[in-house]
Amino acid sequence: MANYYTDIPELKYHLNNPMMERICELKERNYRDKEEFDYAPQDYADAMDSFDKVLEITGEITGEIIAPNAEGVDEEGPHCANGRVEYASGTKQNLDAMVKAGLNGMTMPRRFGGLNFPITPYTMCAEIVAAADAGFGNIWSLQDCIETLYEFGNEDQHSRFIPRICAGETMSMDLTEPDAGSDLQSVMLKATFDEKENCWLLNGVKRFITNGDADLHLVLARSEEGTKDGRGLSMFIYDKRQGGVDVRRIENKLGIHGSPTCELVYKNAKAELCGDRKLGLIKYVMALMNGARLGIAAQSVGLSQAAYNEGLAYAKERKQFGKAIIEFPAVYDMLSIMKAKLDAGRALLYQTSRYVDIYKALEDIARERKLTLEERQEQKKYAKLADSFTPLAKGMNSEYANQNAYDCIQIHGGSGFMLEYACQRIYRDARITSIYEGTTQLQTVAAIRYVTNGSYLATIREFETIPCSPEMEPLKARLVEMANKFEACMNKVKEAQNQELLDFVARRLMEMAADCIMAHLLIQDATKAPGLFAKSAVVYLNYAEAEVEKHCSFINSFNADELTSYRQ
Amino acid sequence: MSLKIIVLAKQVPDTRNVGKDAMKEDGTINRAALPAIFNPEDLNALEQALRLKDAYPGTTVTLLTMGPGRAAEIIREGLYRGADDGYLLTDRAFAGADTLATSYALATAIKKIGDYDIIIGGRQAIDGDTAQVGPQVAEKLGLTQVTYAEEILNVDEKNRSITVKRHIDGGVETVEGPLPIVITVNGSAAPCRPRNAKLVMKYKRALGAQEKAPAPACHPEGVSALSYPELYEKRPYLNIQEWSVADVNGDLAQCGLSGSPTKVKAIQNIVFQAKESKTLTGSDKDVEDLIVELLANHTIG
Repeated sequence: MANYYTDIPELKYHLNNPMMERICELKERNYRDKEEFDYAPQDYADAMDSFDKVLEITGEITGEIIAPNAEGVDEEGPHCANGRVEYASGTKQNLDAMVKAGLNGMTMPRRFGGLNFPITPYTMCAEIVAAADAGFGNIWSLQDCIETLYEFGNEDQHSRFIPRICAGETMSMDLTEPDAGSDLQSVMLKATFDEKENCWLLNGVKRFITNGDADLHLVLARSEEGTKDGRGLSMFIYDKRQGGVDVRRIENKLGIHGSPTCELVYKNAKAELCGDRKLGLIKYVMALMNGARLGIAAQSVGLSQAAYNEGLAYAKERKQFGKAIIEFPAVYDMLSIMKAKLDAGRALLYQTSRYVDIYKALEDIARERKLTLEERQEQKKYAKLADSFTPLAKGMNSEYANQNAYDCIQIHGGSGFMLEYACQRIYRDARITSIYEGTTQLQTVAAIRYVTNGSYLATIREFETIPCSPEMEPLKARLVEMANKFEACMNKVKEAQNQELLDFVARRLMEMAADCIMAHLLIQDATKAPGLFAKSAVVYLNYAEAEVEKHCSFINSFNADELTSYRQ
Repeated sequence: MSLKIIVLAKQVPDTRNVGKDAMKEDGTINRAALPAIFNPEDLNALEQALRLKDAYPGTTVTLLTMGPGRAAEIIREGLYRGADDGYLLTDRAFAGADTLATSYALATAIKKIGDYDIIIGGRQAIDGDTAQVGPQVAEKLGLTQVTYAEEILNVDEKNRSITVKRHIDGGVETVEGPLPIVITVNGSAAPCRPRNAKLVMKYKRALGAQEKAPAPACHPEGVSALSYPELYEKRPYLNIQEWSVADVNGDLAQCGLSGSPTKVKAIQNIVFQAKESKTLTGSDKDVEDLIVELLANHTIG
């Protein structure tokens, strides 16, 4: 019987990262909950043991319930009737199992019924679930919207809403509208304060809302009449028990069929303000999106793992010309690069989640007491690292998921084009990852400032000082050369002082930085666990080196005057 | 209404995926080669008990199992899913029991527990496949029994009766019986819920007395120190109760090997030795021939 956690030893390796000790210490406030809650850890070792056991439960449910249901869910999908969403029957079973296992509100404090888990083990659960059914992953993972309510809502809202999410109620974030997609500043959904009812009323339409019939919604709406930009937007909490929001239709999509994507109509829907007026987009949605981007990075890694598993199994089994096709260099080339992208992308994902964990835990402590100077510096350092790594993790992993799904079908040959095999579902499901929660192009927009201000380069140079095993030394030497090329390209583009040129080559610069960072992480991993990562370190470095060379060559020979040939 | 439910569960070797070393030379099970698991149909029974607990607040679910010290794992697995407590019947004198001696031991322990409305267990265990223990427990306690249950439909508090859907050849039937009652559950009943995260974290250190005892130095892994020893005093629920023959006031003559009239006449060690593999194409004819062949040698049918 498959267990999606214990079958993948790489996950436990990442769980056991030494940074977890600091993360647990902060998150557990020196293990103060142990007297009050019978499920709180006694110490660091106990906390890690609990993560491991809960991941095992997630892996088991995924292997025994979610994975067998995935094909049926993809075919059946959710239905819309009388303004409500009815999940596919398999989705209902999946959700029921996850709720009964107590896997909701994982990161919330225990006083609200949560498990008080750091983001890192939670993200691992999200990856595990997505590897079996990426669409269900959305429904389950939207629980992380509660982070935003926890961060910006008041005590009264905490006590009314967080326990419900811990008990298994679902969430959605209602941002997109027909005329406000990537450009959320143009959101028009109207919020008016009703003096008589003493509450806010929402009116308008939202589109492309994942899990749009959720129990609790975080809604971005225009509270300041007459405004046109992001500063007129506030965030609201809509509770389905209040009524006033109906589902007009469910979109018919290429993939993630299990996840209902809804068009919502708000008619005098009673809502309450979350946080302060006017900070909806500029502060709260930014926080919400950062969490969601990490979630999509996890979903992408899950899909990459699924693509690799399917490709590997088929290549071992399929015989042509008298032998298994995995023995042909053309095929093992594809598989090895899939695995390398998977390992590299996963290393980046969990490095990012650990950064997020440290700064968020410190931020939370700051709500209880004043941070010391050292703590403030630590918080600032990791917040910056998290902000710079998140677009890389989302951007690169979603592209890798697509590339791996493509190669997975390629390995299957003609069979891969038939709907009988899982690889086509993985291919369809992966396609959205590089689009939603900000396209790769928008991740580049978020990342480019960390290229130009030297943050990525500084991180890479710092990685160069970390000792590695003798086997990895030659790779590291080549990696220094790669970083030099990145630095040279970066300087060339900066010196040109041409914004259009910078925007034009931004994706290439971002990828060069990401390639170097991931190669470093893999070398560190291969130093600690050569059995798991040595092969991928070699394969990835060969790949990344060629990628960097490609971008370097393009940027070096590119003349800004040629942009005229590109403009359409 | 709150019910007192006892779940009978057994730790069994996983006989579903046996390899070539599953049997020892003498034809007995090689327990070292097979992982010890919660008997599958006992999990179905546990789920029925937990559903009653969900439906009737205040209901308690108590596991009862018999086996060596490591069978405390069965109690823990029950606690992880929502059971309240459990007892491990463990004593050298219980060893070698057939179904008669087993049901005697269980019935004796149930009498010791004393207060119960429903005793529920799996139809049969996958190591013996007898389906006799549940019914024998009912007979020894003088209780009504419902076998092959698929779902408990209702419990009527006023009349102290229970309505159960049970599996019969070619269909199902719904029967009603008085409480207290013994129910054995069929594998076609709802699967058991997963372990619960909070309960796993709460009970993961629950141990029986034998598990808590330091392993002897001769043990290959050496002496294992008990982590967090102080917790066992502060949190009594971490101590899994073990009962010996004396603890349940059992009659030694009726326990274990001496209480087991079953005598094994002969054991045949049957080893499947496939001489050659067969390659089938996807054609209808090949598939049809295979079906005919499997029917002819009674592999299916």
